Amino acid sequence: MKNKFILFTVIMFTSFCFIVFYKGLNNSSTYTPKITDKKNVPIFEAKDFNSNAYLNSEKIFEDDIFYIINIWASWCVPCRTEHPLLMKLSKNQTVKLVGLNYKDNLNNAKDFINEFGNPYSQIIIDNDGTLSVEFGAYGVPETFIIDKNKKIIRKFVGPINEEIVKKIESIIK
Amino acid sequence: MKILKIFIIIFLSMGFSQSKSDEKSDKMKSKILKNIRCLICQGQSVYDSESDFASSIKLIVHKKINEGSNEGQIYEFLRKKYGDWIVYDPKLNKNTYILWLLPLLLFLFGGVTIFKRLKNKK
Repeated sequence: MKNKFILFTVIMFTSFCFIVFYKGLNNSSTYTPKITDKKNVPIFEAKDFNSNAYLNSEKIFEDDIFYIINIWASWCVPCRTEHPLLMKLSKNQTVKLVGLNYKDNLNNAKDFINEFGNPYSQIIIDNDGTLSVEFGAYGVPETFIIDKNKKIIRKFVGPINEEIVKKIESIIK
Repeated sequence: MKILKIFIIIFLSMGFSQSKSDEKSDKMKSKILKNIRCLICQGQSVYDSESDFASSIKLIVHKKINEGSNEGQIYEFLRKKYGDWIVYDPKLNKNTYILWLLPLLLFLFGGVTIFKRLKNKK
């Protein structure tokens, strides 16, 4: 009887461990950001791309509309592919695009904007990448949707495509 | 002359305490950076990584330490931004109960078994 109990306990314990570790194997071993976590817009101060003056986040997001923050750089190849789509989004009156220029050379960034167009109502500079960390970004390009309550309601890692633009348009409608 | 000596002693002791506190904050910085996962280069800590992301995190940690944040506050800040994944030491929560408690249970189970066997032998 005692042996049977021990055997039963061992089998149950082994099965339990097997299930737990088997489930664990199915989890991704790479970082997958939560894209729908609602977070407040971070409070920050950043340099304006054109005037070099310091702006605070309250001033940047002062209007009662949706905002799209797009992290970009002139050296980032995927940023070039998504740029026409950002230009298209910028025509939408219900949203304002804010560009966050990430670890870039200012002259190259200006050339990029002159060549491909400026979809942003405002561009701020993130020279050392610390501002992107405040947004929870870890690369370029990344795009965040900010709602009227100044909450980040959605983020897109990597370049946006037509499908994502449709998603964004349905959110900001 | 005496005044000069006193000034030198004060100056040296100030320098010594400054270097001591620098050493302490450097140690804390290294400890924190070694416990933060680089999200770009999987398998490497921010301390070991040279990626853009890692260099930004190094700056943030440096800034936070200078602002007076402690280790726990820095981890909490990064957890808020990137989730639990960013820190190598997992926090005790409903997803990690088994991870934390299983070794303890096994240890207790083993201890009880050994104790019982020894008792039986006697």
